[in-house]
Amino acid sequence: MADKKKKKLTLTQQEYQQLAKRHEPPRPLTRNFIRAFLVGGVICLIGQGIQEMFIHFFDFTEKTAGNPTVAVLILLSALLTGLGWYDRIAQWAGAGTAVPVTGFANSITSAALEHRSEGLVLGVGGNMFKLAGSVIVMGVVAAFAISLIKTLINMGG
Amino acid sequence: MRKGYQSWVFPSRPVIVGRAAIGGPFEAQGPLANDFDTLHGDLMIGQDSWEKAERVLLEEACDKAIEKAGLRREQIHFMLAGDLMNQTISANFAARTLSIPFMGIFGACSTAMEGLALAALLVDSQSADYVLAATSSHNSSAEKQYRYPTEYGSQKPPTAQWTVTGAGASVVANQGNGLRVTAATIGKIVDMGMTDPFNMGGAMAPAALSTIESHFRDLQLSHDHYDLVVTGDLGKVGHSILSELLPKHNVNIPLKRYVDCGMLIYGDNPIVWSGGSGCGCCATVTYGHLLRRFQEGEWKRILVVATGALLSPISYQQGESIPCIAHAVAIEADTL
Repeated sequence: MADKKKKKLTLTQQEYQQLAKRHEPPRPLTRNFIRAFLVGGVICLIGQGIQEMFIHFFDFTEKTAGNPTVAVLILLSALLTGLGWYDRIAQWAGAGTAVPVTGFANSITSAALEHRSEGLVLGVGGNMFKLAGSVIVMGVVAAFAISLIKTLINMGG
Repeated sequence: MRKGYQSWVFPSRPVIVGRAAIGGPFEAQGPLANDFDTLHGDLMIGQDSWEKAERVLLEEACDKAIEKAGLRREQIHFMLAGDLMNQTISANFAARTLSIPFMGIFGACSTAMEGLALAALLVDSQSADYVLAATSSHNSSAEKQYRYPTEYGSQKPPTAQWTVTGAGASVVANQGNGLRVTAATIGKIVDMGMTDPFNMGGAMAPAALSTIESHFRDLQLSHDHYDLVVTGDLGKVGHSILSELLPKHNVNIPLKRYVDCGMLIYGDNPIVWSGGSGCGCCATVTYGHLLRRFQEGEWKRILVVATGALLSPISYQQGESIPCIAHAVAIEADTL
């Protein structure tokens, strides 16, 4: 893909892009990785703490505690989004806040908030899954493909 | 009057009789805060949507510029305005409030100088006595339209820029005291095949180069003619690219006389990554900050080159590269 794109560029364009590249500050990858690891880990730790709480104080089993734990994390994430803090944490944390379920909740809440001005039905309803929709669709498609492969392998075995 | 291939000179030397800059809360924390006429503490500006907030910014800038020119709305013959929103709604709705004969223009972040050049042309050709040129941008309405919801947690790369919440307006007249618009160069679209919308400075720098080159060629000026050459919103990345491109193309503008509005507006604040951007960037820095220093006698001639990245979220998603443009306007002191 990248090569195909490059071939279409004229010589001047290629030359310029090389020049421009030298002036671009590189993405601080190592720093981003470390921050993502730390923040992602902390979110999981909080999740684990909530799960333990449900098991020890509310008589949930390890299996049934999963749903209320996720619900609490989503609630916290939505609250932080509404208060305007989540995007600030995310600029620092990067993938650390995007990958866990909190990132998913943030994408839905932020889209809903943003499009409230266009009304409840077409604004909030129509745009809520603007970002999350692609995750859901691609997730279902990927799950279908993987399960198909697994079924075929099992048939063969 | 056309001169050369793509430039105009204005023999009647239209005057900027009024100018105004309005900013938001983040601009109020920047080093240029004192150069704004009004600064708002609330990003919503008391409205219930980002779009309405942006419209109010633009209305305020227009009213303030007219007021500072000592005029009333009815005395303005034409209004030229544009912004970043789809169908330039901020400009259209502000023009509804102001009720001045209106032409909408779109040049993305180059709108500020596109408007000023056209306003000077209208005045110089005696088609109008007073013309209002205005533009605006709002950080949140631009994020909403071009990127993600404002509260969405995405991490931006160091080449990204911060859209200015602000509006700038000027009133150009056929007579009066003030700075004078003497020439303008209309840019060609330059597309270097850059596709990253988080690196606008890098995409726009060649457009600025093209317009600056054309300006000096058309008007047959020496490269040190201007006391200051200022680009609209190239940011740190674009500024450093253009600083390398200019001497490479034998445009020997003394580099210490070259600055960028996107770097001036927020100073060295790392939160804004490469610098400021948006229609409001060039407009507020030029009308608020630069022309104030100019009037205080710091310079005799400046060239303002507003740069614009003419992409849309759809063109980007369809894999198109970013077409860029720049328009240059030469402004001179009254006494020259």
